[in-house]
Amino acid sequence: MKKFLEGSFAMAQAAKLCRPGVIAAYPITPQTHIVENLAQFIADGKLDAKSVNVESEHSAASCVLGSQAAGVRSFTCSSSQGLILMSEVLFCIAGMRLPVMLVCANRALSAPINIWNDQQDSIAVRDAGWMQFYAENNQEAVDLIIASHKIAENSKVMLPAMVCVDGFILTHGMEVVDIPDQKDVDNFLPSYNPPYKLDPENPMSFGLLGTPDVYQETRYAIQKTLEDVLGMVPKVGKEYKDKFGRDSLRLVEEYKTSDAETVLVAMGSVCGTIKDIVDTEREKGKKIGLLKIVSYRPFPKEAIIKALKPAKNIGVVDKDISLGSDGALYSEINSLLPSDKKVSGFVAGLGGRDIKPTTVKEIIELTEKEQNSCKFVDLNKDILWEKFKTI
Amino acid sequence: MFSILAAKPKSSQRNKTGSWRSTKMPRFNGKECINCGLCKFICPEGCIVGKEKNQYSVDFDYCKGCGLCAYICPKNDIEMVENKQEENKEK
Amino acid sequence: MKEIKIFARAGQGAITTAAILGEALFYEDKFSYAFPHFGAARMGAPMNAFLRFDQKPIRLRSQIYNPDYIIVIDPTLIESEKCFNNLKDQGKAVVAVRKNTQIPDKKDITISSLEAEKIAKDIIGRPFANTVLLGAFAKATEEVKLDSILKSVEARFKSKPAVLDKNLAAVKKGYASV
Repeated sequence: MKKFLEGSFAMAQAAKLCRPGVIAAYPITPQTHIVENLAQFIADGKLDAKSVNVESEHSAASCVLGSQAAGVRSFTCSSSQGLILMSEVLFCIAGMRLPVMLVCANRALSAPINIWNDQQDSIAVRDAGWMQFYAENNQEAVDLIIASHKIAENSKVMLPAMVCVDGFILTHGMEVVDIPDQKDVDNFLPSYNPPYKLDPENPMSFGLLGTPDVYQETRYAIQKTLEDVLGMVPKVGKEYKDKFGRDSLRLVEEYKTSDAETVLVAMGSVCGTIKDIVDTEREKGKKIGLLKIVSYRPFPKEAIIKALKPAKNIGVVDKDISLGSDGALYSEINSLLPSDKKVSGFVAGLGGRDIKPTTVKEIIELTEKEQNSCKFVDLNKDILWEKFKTI
Repeated sequence: MFSILAAKPKSSQRNKTGSWRSTKMPRFNGKECINCGLCKFICPEGCIVGKEKNQYSVDFDYCKGCGLCAYICPKNDIEMVENKQEENKEK
Repeated sequence: MKEIKIFARAGQGAITTAAILGEALFYEDKFSYAFPHFGAARMGAPMNAFLRFDQKPIRLRSQIYNPDYIIVIDPTLIESEKCFNNLKDQGKAVVAVRKNTQIPDKKDITISSLEAEKIAKDIIGRPFANTVLLGAFAKATEEVKLDSILKSVEARFKSKPAVLDKNLAAVKKGYASV
């Protein structure tokens, strides 16, 4: 049913529709409203789940690791410092092959402390073995939460999934969202029936010592599985579309790229802004397109190469930076493409710096004009100094 | 695709740590024992069995020869002696 | 697409105002995107809420710099925040004022000012200008029907019957005051 909702509430509804048995999270802006709403659903008797109060994000992640290992669908949520505090456990969850669901309300990392949006937090844990899907709007966030459960819990996959949503822009943004019916979700997503779990009747130890004789194989198995997920995403995406009418779960979205000379590549909510600019620039006769990366992990190399084939100039927009190198997405896109393509990397929107239509236009112009690997746009030079100063 | 993830109980029994033993092995004299059970509790392999005075014994399939049982015995009734292959077999 | 910028202080309900308006537009089959921008996330700090609406889904996610309409909830912000400066030509402003509030003289924009805090104090008992201003906005801009605002206020306050009727009356009074 279509409703005008706050993003966090819509995402909490989506999580609820998946009927998690255990929810553990620690409050952190801008994720807080999501778990607050879930806790309210439980208190009101609308959701039959155990909400576990924990003392930190490390504990929250440990808690859902345990509950998922015990065979219960488990949900958690975090942002920024919280996600980073979880990171030790995130690697364990993937390594133990437990399909936990996590919503990351993307926020910048300290220091300086900053509560606003960029994507540095989830990018920093991209190597953990989790799937990562980035939502453009709250409808996609809802759809990705529901649909990615189905891939994560596939008995051949059994890997955790992270749905990344831009903090404030989506979590605190109110818009029209179609919330699926419980009946349809139940139909799409069967109850969690894992091929292995902690069970007193059939005891097993998880998280063993992996000696050099076996450890490498465990990584290979995750890598191969994530490669298989690349084939699974379009199939489950289609199944979701057939049922709910929306094409949200996909590897990439190609927006007017087929004849585009200049294509921007981006993830998350900024894609909406870019689409608007693509349309206005096209009205002026400029052949611009957007390649939206939905699945960042697994990274859809073939789909990206195919989509970028017609483009001459490619501009990659990163809301993150691998300090000392380049933006994360730029590095990966650039490594895929032949050297005759002009690929530029832009770092924008860090710590909540607004990405305005003019910012996007500037990125397009620079992409067409010159080649940059790590160009910070919209920099205020007045607060950059050669020597230490206080304010 | 999966690799080694989990193990059934008692899988550690397959790893016979007795092969790690080098120069010394415990000998239970069976004379001064007061059935305190400390040797049993301190054994890192849990391979000492016994319920009555002077009746304790070691499973040499798993005894690493660490000497903790001899160290903890309040009656000095356990001695570390030269590791002999025959005695291993005896057990 | 039309854009609205709401000026308030944190704690004055700017987000609620945007939410009620967005919901009202939703009843009229319009798509809207309402979002806050926090500065120093502290009560009393000047802050903005934004609302975009259109016949088609909103994709643009940036803040609003040149609004078609502004709503000023706190009269003390008119000068300090230079609320009228970036309003589009032919734009409209719905502004809560107090007796001595100086309204800058601006050509090309229509300013509807009302003593919304006083009206709210009389009707609701507390000086929450939001619902009064929503009624005034409906009348001044004709972008949304009064009935939609009333329905939206009803949905928002249905769990607080003690203040529902007062807020409905405040909306109507605001509508009548422009």
